[in-house]
Amino acid sequence: MTDYTHYRTGAPVVDTKAPEGPVAERWDTRRFQAKLVNPANRRKHTVIVVGTGLAGGSAGATLAEQGYHVVQFCFQDSPRRAHSVAAQGGINAAKNYRNDGDSIHRLFYDTVKGGDFRARESNVHRLAQISVEIIDQCVAQGVPFAREYGGLLDNRSFGGVQVSRTFYARGQTGQQLLLGAYQALSRQIAAGNVELHARTEMLDLIVVDGKARGIVARDLVTGKIDTYFADAVVLASGGYGNVFYLSTNAMNSNATAVWRAHRRGAYFANPCFTQIHPTCIPRTGDHQSKLTLMSESLRNDGRIWVPKAKGDDRPADEIPEDERDYYLERIYPAFGNLVPRDIASRAAKNVCDEGRGVGPGGQGVYLDFAEAIQRMGRDKVEEKYGNLFDMYARITAENPYETPMRIYPAVHYTMGGLWVDYDLQTTIPGLFAIGEANFSDHGANRLGASALMQGLADGYFVLPSTINDYLARNPHHEAVDASHPVVEEAVADTEDRLNLLLSVNGDRTPDSFHREIGELMWEYCGMARTEDGLRTALDRIPRIREEFWRRIKVPGTGDEFNQSLEKANRIVDYLELAELMCLDALHRAESCGGHFREESQTPDGEAARRDEEFSYAAAWEFSGTGEAPVLHKEDLVFEYVHPTQRSYA
Amino acid sequence: MTRTLWDSSVGKKTVMAVSGLIMLLYLVVHMIGNLKIFFGSGEFNHYAHWLRTMGEPFLHYEWALWIVRVVLVAAVVLHATSAYQLSRRDIRARPATYVHKKPRASYATRTMRWGGIILGLFIVWHILDLTTGTVHPGGFQSGHPYQNVIDTFSTWYGNTVYIAAVLALGLHVQHGFWSAAQTLGAGSATRDRALKTIANLLALVLTVGFISVPVAVMTGVVS
Amino acid sequence: MKLTLRVWRQKNADAPGAMSTYEVDGISQDMSFLEMLDTLNEELILAGDDPVAFDHDCREGICGACSLVINGDAHGPERTTTCQLHMRSFEDGDTIDIEPWRASAFPVVKDLVVDRSAFDRIIQAGGYISAPTGTAPEAHATPVPKPDADFAFEHAECIGCGACVAACPNGSAMLFTSAKINHLNVLPQGAPERETRVLDMVGQMDSEGFGGCTLTGECATACPKGIPLPSISAMNKEWLRATRKVRR
Repeated sequence: MTDYTHYRTGAPVVDTKAPEGPVAERWDTRRFQAKLVNPANRRKHTVIVVGTGLAGGSAGATLAEQGYHVVQFCFQDSPRRAHSVAAQGGINAAKNYRNDGDSIHRLFYDTVKGGDFRARESNVHRLAQISVEIIDQCVAQGVPFAREYGGLLDNRSFGGVQVSRTFYARGQTGQQLLLGAYQALSRQIAAGNVELHARTEMLDLIVVDGKARGIVARDLVTGKIDTYFADAVVLASGGYGNVFYLSTNAMNSNATAVWRAHRRGAYFANPCFTQIHPTCIPRTGDHQSKLTLMSESLRNDGRIWVPKAKGDDRPADEIPEDERDYYLERIYPAFGNLVPRDIASRAAKNVCDEGRGVGPGGQGVYLDFAEAIQRMGRDKVEEKYGNLFDMYARITAENPYETPMRIYPAVHYTMGGLWVDYDLQTTIPGLFAIGEANFSDHGANRLGASALMQGLADGYFVLPSTINDYLARNPHHEAVDASHPVVEEAVADTEDRLNLLLSVNGDRTPDSFHREIGELMWEYCGMARTEDGLRTALDRIPRIREEFWRRIKVPGTGDEFNQSLEKANRIVDYLELAELMCLDALHRAESCGGHFREESQTPDGEAARRDEEFSYAAAWEFSGTGEAPVLHKEDLVFEYVHPTQRSYA
Repeated sequence: MTRTLWDSSVGKKTVMAVSGLIMLLYLVVHMIGNLKIFFGSGEFNHYAHWLRTMGEPFLHYEWALWIVRVVLVAAVVLHATSAYQLSRRDIRARPATYVHKKPRASYATRTMRWGGIILGLFIVWHILDLTTGTVHPGGFQSGHPYQNVIDTFSTWYGNTVYIAAVLALGLHVQHGFWSAAQTLGAGSATRDRALKTIANLLALVLTVGFISVPVAVMTGVVS
Repeated sequence: MKLTLRVWRQKNADAPGAMSTYEVDGISQDMSFLEMLDTLNEELILAGDDPVAFDHDCREGICGACSLVINGDAHGPERTTTCQLHMRSFEDGDTIDIEPWRASAFPVVKDLVVDRSAFDRIIQAGGYISAPTGTAPEAHATPVPKPDADFAFEHAECIGCGACVAACPNGSAMLFTSAKINHLNVLPQGAPERETRVLDMVGQMDSEGFGGCTLTGECATACPKGIPLPSISAMNKEWLRATRKVRR
């Protein structure tokens, strides 16, 4: 056993920005308390935004509209390709257009409960409040949400709730919302308010006198390493699901920006809270490079089942109705197929572990639309889900209108991320984290259609209000340039790391290491975790890391377009982050949301929280590669939604 | 607005579309006039003479014809100039071709540029042959178009050039008419079939109508 | 499956390029086309060669990053993105030609990677609705007739991959540009900027060096998202309307 597990518990971390008072008034209170920057002074301030997804794109556009000078980065060739584009199902908002009993308070309640009581009430309430403004904003931008014949917006249901509050644009909601933000950003680029650096990846954070003052970034085309300076840095670089190698994340989504910020002093909160999405297309073989999600919205009309008998390998259509087990409907009659993701995933794992899984390797369950096609007609099903069915057919060469789809859980989203206060500021002053990059709003499990809501809430509304306070209080930064010793150190550090990667010239490819660490994480830090397993992983990770630096082979040079170098450099960070994820999972000896510790379950196999010991967010402070980090706890207080055993039965 | 039109690729296409449609309209009239040859030299020559007295007494002798000629020359010049400039832009936009080549688009579409050049050359020959008589075979007689037509189509090369040009015209009109409709914003998913049918019919009628004359001369139906 | 690949290799934007031939073996029918290239790259790296550079990201057919011309077809033989193309579309023993998008507005960056920032600049010229954050009225204040909403959505589906330009013999960006114009111009929210949008975007498209449209229809055939050819005509109509109506 390494010393890494002998972490120390430091002083608690406290969110000093969340105001007191009734939860519904806190956001107004905070906005009023926050200092403002005079419009004339805003153009003197430069803000760096890393990432152009829903959070980054909307933040960059809004900050520029307010008059700030924004310098924005994305590693893709265009801001329009950020992985938010792939979100399918929809975006929640408490509009109550259905008159079905929805309200801001209900969305707040559902989200805190869905997150298994590991999120901050103030943040979640603010999110619910802002949700309604997001829809207005997006419609004004021309986002083509689905509409009914009367010309008004349509809604659908998502997991974990009993109202219809999800707005959608067929199965491409993320794409449409992202294009809205991208277009708003494009308008600001044209106006000269945003300076965009595409194909440029952040490789380090520059912290001067304890404040975030810039970044080190590599131009991915020329390989040139440059420094950029600002009065504040906003990370909107997404989640870290790619630690698992196979996930629904884009191939190039990575953790480097957040991990480098963590290494520079930003606390990393709840890293073990990862979401395993129940409805993904099962893998077909070792060549698999990524997994494809099938939107949760399919669970509105599709029914999930497996054969009642173990090892029943008859084709689906030969299994009679009374030999099928619609296990979600059976175990959770109130929510049926629309239970939250963590519960649906675990249930799928359980039936597969029992030997009742379907498809190659028994790693799959059926998602069946036969009943829906009978009820609504094939045309209606096609209108609602056509593009998803087409995608499934293309990948599997099976026709989902005729045979039930096969689905299996896959890593999808990471609730953990950089610790932020109510202002979305990390523990490094001037460094903000928004969207999936922070840990704030989803607790231990995110409800469907809430990621888009959070990304846009942070980017359009929260950050542009709260960053003012920091900039107003820090109006006159001393100029920093490349000759500052801190900057020189950060650049040298980056260059050394890349040069080392290029010089090892070993016998293993970057992908082979990525696959190895990913398989290890899926095995021991995936859907179900045990103390033994986590200790095994914590034992092996440092050895993989050591092997990586001995055997990695990166072809080419650093001063050219070099995708292998990009990949290898991201793996360097995964190899450290994975260790922290396992440690966090090990220390949290309870089950909650997406974090299921087998030692902590109810007699009927549900996640058992241990509120007395673990009702806190775990914020980790970096102490060095492979060295035990320091744990800072933020106690969670529940005044409005009282923790209970979640029940969806 | 003129500048906007001429400076934009979409505007230049509009110029091409409008000038093309003007020429197309003229061709339909021209073709109908040609068919009068089947009713004998008297009627055909009388029609040719009327073309010069059209609009009298309001217009002077041949004024109407000259107006038509001016409009047509303008249409040809605009059509050719915009075609030339747009083609240059297109070729510049795609300097490297694919190593793996595949036949692309319909024959009519692919032959628009060469077809246009062939038609341009044909027009020159056609005018020198039957309007000015400069290259006419066997003694051009002004005022006797019936005989002139028969003279031209009594030579092998007269028939060959003419028929080849008319076939090129058919292809050009087939894609050109539909294309012009798209350029002028008349295209839509629901109307597409109708537009393509009209384009095909126009192409067919013009081709058959024009070719019928040399065929008739060759077969002795007209002599 | 065993395949022969002929791949365009070009060190950088200024270097000359050429086709290189590689053999790959043990390819599964279930692999995506990009996973097949991953396999090749793993072998190249271990052999000490430079792996083939290609753009890719989501591998779900939505980000628009992947961009290969496969046997002369943008995105290959199926109507989808390269990442969603699977090897079952090929036969054992096939020779496959893989080339980058070709257009002077899309210069090659390396191997199969091209620079498509011209598309971004077309959007920057007017492919947006000016609605600064905070200014929005209640979403239900303006109902949008369903046919208009559906028309907008159909065009908003464009993923900006550039297959239309790659397939067009003139390297024209008319389909891409028209998709965004039609999406925004049909909506009531897009009406105030309707004329300037189309004039500015078409102007930018021209100045980026894209070719004109000769209505060959190749773009719509190659489009993985099925943006229809008549959308070009609809844009032309908007453009002509704007030249008459614009108030600057």
